[in-house]
Amino acid sequence: MMERILESLAQLILLLALAPLVTGVIRTLKARLQTRRGPGIFQPYRDFYKLFRKGMVIPETASWIFAAAPWVVFFSTIMAGLMIPMVAADAPLGLFGGVLAVIYLLGLGRFFLALAGLDTGGSFGGLGSSREMTISSMAEPAMMLAIFTVAIGAGSTGLTEIAGAAIGQTWRFLAPAQMFAFAALALVLIAETGRIPVDNPSTHLELTMIHEAMILEYSGPYLALVEWAASIKQLVLMTLLINCFWPFGLQPTWFGFGALIGIGWLVAKLLFLSCAIVLIETVNAKMRLFRVPELLAVAFTLGSLALVSTFLF
Amino acid sequence: MISGLFLSGIIVWLAGALACLALWRKPANARLVACGAGLAGSLLDLAGSSAALFNSSPAVIGLPFGNPIFTWTIRIDPLSAYFNVTLAVLAAAVSLYSFGYLREMEGRRNLGAFGFFYNLLLMSLALVFTASNVFFFLVAWEVMALSAFCLVSFEHEKQEARSAGVLFLVMSHAGTGLLLIAFLMLASVGDTLEFSSFHLLASAMSPVWQGAVFLLFLFGFGVKAGIVPVHIWLPDAHPVAPSNVSALMSGIVIKTGIYGMARVFFDFYGSPPIWMGTVVLALGVVSALLGVLYALMEHDLKRLLAWHSIENIGIILMGFGAALMFRALGQPSLAALALIAGLYHTFNHATFKGLLFLGAGSVVQSTHTRNMEKMGGLIRLMPVTAICFLVGSVAIAGLPPLNGFVSEWLTYQALLAGFGTTQSLTRLMFPIAGSLLALTAALAATCFVKAFAIPFLALPRSEQASDAKEASPTMLAGMAVLAVGCVALGLGATWLVRVFDPITQQTLGVNASSAMIQARGVALSPGTLHGGTISTIGMALLFVLAGAAFALPLVLRWRRRSTKGPSWDCGLPGLTADNEYTATAFSKPLRLIFSALYRPHREIQAEYEVSPYYPSAIRFESEIEPTFEKHLYEPLRQWIMAAARRMRAIQAGSINAYLAYIFITLILLLLFGVRP
Repeated sequence: MMERILESLAQLILLLALAPLVTGVIRTLKARLQTRRGPGIFQPYRDFYKLFRKGMVIPETASWIFAAAPWVVFFSTIMAGLMIPMVAADAPLGLFGGVLAVIYLLGLGRFFLALAGLDTGGSFGGLGSSREMTISSMAEPAMMLAIFTVAIGAGSTGLTEIAGAAIGQTWRFLAPAQMFAFAALALVLIAETGRIPVDNPSTHLELTMIHEAMILEYSGPYLALVEWAASIKQLVLMTLLINCFWPFGLQPTWFGFGALIGIGWLVAKLLFLSCAIVLIETVNAKMRLFRVPELLAVAFTLGSLALVSTFLF
Repeated sequence: MISGLFLSGIIVWLAGALACLALWRKPANARLVACGAGLAGSLLDLAGSSAALFNSSPAVIGLPFGNPIFTWTIRIDPLSAYFNVTLAVLAAAVSLYSFGYLREMEGRRNLGAFGFFYNLLLMSLALVFTASNVFFFLVAWEVMALSAFCLVSFEHEKQEARSAGVLFLVMSHAGTGLLLIAFLMLASVGDTLEFSSFHLLASAMSPVWQGAVFLLFLFGFGVKAGIVPVHIWLPDAHPVAPSNVSALMSGIVIKTGIYGMARVFFDFYGSPPIWMGTVVLALGVVSALLGVLYALMEHDLKRLLAWHSIENIGIILMGFGAALMFRALGQPSLAALALIAGLYHTFNHATFKGLLFLGAGSVVQSTHTRNMEKMGGLIRLMPVTAICFLVGSVAIAGLPPLNGFVSEWLTYQALLAGFGTTQSLTRLMFPIAGSLLALTAALAATCFVKAFAIPFLALPRSEQASDAKEASPTMLAGMAVLAVGCVALGLGATWLVRVFDPITQQTLGVNASSAMIQARGVALSPGTLHGGTISTIGMALLFVLAGAAFALPLVLRWRRRSTKGPSWDCGLPGLTADNEYTATAFSKPLRLIFSALYRPHREIQAEYEVSPYYPSAIRFESEIEPTFEKHLYEPLRQWIMAAARRMRAIQAGSINAYLAYIFITLILLLLFGVRP
């Protein structure tokens, strides 16, 4: 019991601390690839620090939903984060839910954020909510197929078991079923975290925004909470992807010197995935909104292929 | 004890119905008697049937005035008791709500008649779930259908209520016809009309008869449950009824179809061939997906909820279908898991859909419109209704930690476990059904963002909406009961699964709950080998702790630094309700993505005086094509009309011809009767 609480606290701190860093690294790498200097990898921390000290403007039209949504998003994202294996294969809150719970907790946050977008009464909030919910709905079946493939391989939807099964077979991710599932999940990750070619996180034009339009009216500490939750969600989904497929360096438990090695591996793998994301973001242009379902249909097809190829191997 | 409580519930309902008839001319008294009897009967029924839940030997009650062909025997086994508990919880909340809801109708409508049919409906529902032989069942079934019909077309001065009622009646009777044939086929094999002797009987028939009986039952009960493609009455009938009746219709009347299927598929059939499970699973997936897709396009709040009933019936059938397949594959413990998922969702749907219809009823009563585009901002004027509706929305969207999440999670687990049970291609059904369930659930979440946000958030879009008033205390109490039910069924999952043990023991011969309750009742597991666990109570506890420890103090601190200001909205001054996103706009991306299904049609006419860039008025019209009505039912209707026209020839009006018909029929029957 005590160990669980300590593990949870350690993973909580890691989630809170690492998430802005991943965002910062991706931004800086992207800037460098585009031959810009970029703001430096610690800029998100400075942004959050600044936002948390500011005052905020609450729209007159908004109800308590507007104030509650950032908290629901923040807490549900963190809870999802505690259910995934980060450093140790044993997820601290694994008893409370597996991969399905993670997806549905992220869905809970999105549900409230979409409500908040519509709560402000402006056109852009509604526009963002509508698009965000549409894209995530379209992403869901592909995600579930890929997860089913992984879960069937491990015989469980518990992430502790999934990661545990992966540890035994380090090179299993080279199996066709796993590679298809990985590709499907990677596409879903891009859609869910609002990255190019689905959404542009650094856009300044409201009409092309998706996630940013939804949170347009937030300011000050609430904006910081929402943004922080978004970067934690990105970290959670990235970690989910890398630890389900590349279990290198995943420790059996959180305790002892091994944890440091585990953190080292985690950071290395995250850095690698970030590079891949940066590359995809830089060489692609943002898609038209109505082309996104086609991209997600590709993900769904890959997921189906993953399932079918579990027959073969 | 059980029989006494149950019988007194029936008697209270019957007495309430008759008393309401007697109070025809005293609306105030009729209202009190109608709701009071409804509530009292429900509480008695709840007490009786919850005691019967764990009773392994069924309580049998013989009513007097029997006749030679059949007896009026009530038999409460665990399955009947479970559906009765569902009925009683919902009916108690709805009756409580009706105290306030019906007050507005006093003097304007005949509340005596309403009370009569209302109590009759509740009584017949309890009897449908407990009747122990075919005739009694069909009598209760018909009383239920007729009283439901009278309640649906209660506001009969409206054309839409009349035509929806007639459609309901026609389809309901077509379904009853199928049931009658199926029951007679069973009876001819078993030489009996008692349900208790039908146990495993269907599996003793030849494969062709088994299949025929199965399909007759599936569609006979399917009409009532509202599965695609025999669903078309449902989105018409549920919205036009008074909202308390809509809650009963969606919450429990359609569940009689589910009860019938559970009874037939798991009690009458032993080990059905695998194609039956496949058919049920496929129908479930199609119903779930089409239900939610049509709901997304709906801007009539109550029609939207009615479409979601079709979706949820689909989810229930996915559980049942998987259970049938597992049974055919010789996996009784997995079948128990899938059956539990379906039955759990049945109860859950009764609570959250009942809650949502009651919430919609309050909104409609206070804004006088069912059109979401004319509502808005109600969260300020109707705060308690808004919270209740939000709880229902989160629950139906299947989001943790409420009850919809638990039953959907169990369905996923059953489907996931299915993949390993067979080596044939059939196993691909399971993950594909699972991923389509994920699509359904995500679309449902999208739909309920719309269904909550458009009526309740932002600015009122019409004068009626800005004059709305909070519902009366009894209406709020009725909704609160169901909202608490949604939370309790979500958090108390590990407690509730024990209830299913007698049912699975009786039908499948296994007890599932001991494997499903883990970590001293904190976590729920599917009971399969590695399974995975969830703990809704743990999640809820963490949410509350985190909220109390961090959110509350910080909110109080930040409040001092926050100011109210107009929405920025890209710098445009003067935000009005015209700036808001509408329900039509919200669902536009999905309308375009699924345009192959919807075949949307829109018409825009702009009037202008000088230049088309400065229109003085714009008229916008948008509609989607009702596929089933147009391509399935319209040809069918035309065919029936043509056949009827041709048959008119034999109905010449001559009494001699009619006598000849009767004579010929008699001879044919005699020939048929005495054949060797």
